Amino acid sequence: MFSIKKIYQPITLAEALEIYTSNPQLKIIAGGTDVLISLHHGKLDDVELLSIKNLTELTGINYLTDGTIEIGTMTTFTEIFRNEIINKYIPILAEASVSMGGPQIRNNATIGGNICNGAVSADSAPTLFVLNADLRIVNNEGVRIVPITEFYAGPGKVKLQSGEILTHIIIKKADYKGMYGKYIKFSNRKAMDIAMLSVATLGKVKNNKFTDLRIALGVSAPTPIRCTKAESFAFNKTIKEELIKQISEKTLLNANPRHSWRGSKVYREHLIQVLTERALKEIITMSGGKWHE
Amino acid sequence: MNEMKKINLIVNDKTYQLEVDIRESLLDVLRNRLHFTGVKEGCSVGECGACTVLIDGVPTSSCIYLAVFADGKKIRTIEGLEKDGKLSKVQQNFIDEGAIQCGFCTPGIVMTTTALVESGNKFTDEEIKREISGHFCRCTGYQKIFDAVKKSLDDK
Ligand SMILES: Cc1cc2nc3c(=O)[nH]c(=O)nc-3n(C[C@H](O)[C@H](O)[C@H](O)COP(=O)(O)OP(=O)(O)OC[C@H]3O[C@@H](n4cnc5c(N)ncnc54)[C@H](O)[C@@H]3O)c2cc1C
Ligand code: FES
Ligand code: FES
Repeated sequence: MFSIKKIYQPITLAEALEIYTSNPQLKIIAGGTDVLISLHHGKLDDVELLSIKNLTELTGINYLTDGTIEIGTMTTFTEIFRNEIINKYIPILAEASVSMGGPQIRNNATIGGNICNGAVSADSAPTLFVLNADLRIVNNEGVRIVPITEFYAGPGKVKLQSGEILTHIIIKKADYKGMYGKYIKFSNRKAMDIAMLSVATLGKVKNNKFTDLRIALGVSAPTPIRCTKAESFAFNKTIKEELIKQISEKTLLNANPRHSWRGSKVYREHLIQVLTERALKEIITMSGGKWHE
Repeated sequence: MNEMKKINLIVNDKTYQLEVDIRESLLDVLRNRLHFTGVKEGCSVGECGACTVLIDGVPTSSCIYLAVFADGKKIRTIEGLEKDGKLSKVQQNFIDEGAIQCGFCTPGIVMTTTALVESGNKFTDEEIKREISGHFCRCTGYQKIFDAVKKSLDDK
């Protein structure tokens, strides 16, 4: 049995916020695929839970008139990877979603839980980083919007205060229109395994030059990161095999992978370069560019 | 004294009114309270798929699903597949293809396969492998399981 003292199961966001404000010690549970594992292993103990599972306001994906895509945080990875809007406009997020866990996990794991859990290996993170996703966070007093790139504080830590609930992920049209993306998850097993390393790239190519390029890495630093140095280096340079090599090398200027039983630091550095190279070649091909003479 | 909650569970078309401990997983309640012991407990942490049941048609690992979450939901376990003493087609295919050895993983995979069949969707071989990748089998080496799933999907 899980070490749970109490559980609240509100059915509206307003009700949830009220309960949370008067009980700041509560631990939010969404799909529970991280929380219940922590309870099982005793990393959490004697908790009082606030279940947001019944908040239908937080599920679903909306395409707004200005092309903004809003994803409710309670949307599961299965729902995301089968969703038409996502597959049409941001297929890279479908690709990332289906790479996580296995079917039963994806059926219950939410994208909000994936972000708020703060894992460096979170499969949604690199993709949301390259999409410049914004997070809508609410509490009893109001709303704040935070770019996901500023949300992570360290391994397993995100910048959320007690009383706050993440409600939506917002992706703006300018961040996906005309862009091609590729997510590569590298893990020991093809399913039911977390990433040893992950790379997301998103770019726009014009006259065989990158007019926009974004690269994000998972498990390469204490938080998911953007490779800003490699990105600005790539800007407006003519695409060649040599350039792809240089961009991939420059990703290491932002990365600082650690050594763990899953993979050594040196191996991870090698993977960062190799996988970035592969992902870049994919998006160049998709955007009709070429790297060989 | 731990907190209890009243819930309604509909398991294999039968409604149960229960007081459950909020600390219990759906797996605990199905096995220990209602004696649906066809639901297996392997790893208890969402990794092996042995505890898979359908919740409103969706394959879910019942070991990491709280019993209180299941209030009002329709649950299907392996016990509910057979009708009038006759196995379901999926169950029969698993037998015919030799996809069962010790049988511990079987109820879970059969439930997932049942959901795939009932979805009415078509699956490529790669997609079939992806859709059953949440189940560990320590005996069969998977090929015969794959064959049984494929046969079930072709059978419709
Ligand atoms: C077998 C298995 C395999 C897995 N494989 C992968 C994998 O391949 N890739 C991967 O990335 N992850 C994996 N995970 C981890 C986990 O499934 C994901 O991180 C999942 O997305 C968490 O979502 P959840 O809804 O279950 O979160 P929960 O466990 O409910 O919550 C996670 C955390 O977020 C907080 N939280 C949740 N929602 C909100 C919200 N809206 N506002 C504020 N705080 C919130 C909770 O308090 C908690 O701290 C795996 C887990 C298991 C058990
Ligand atoms: S017992 Fe639930 S997945 Fe292993
Ligand atoms: S038949 Fe024994 S674990 Fe699958």
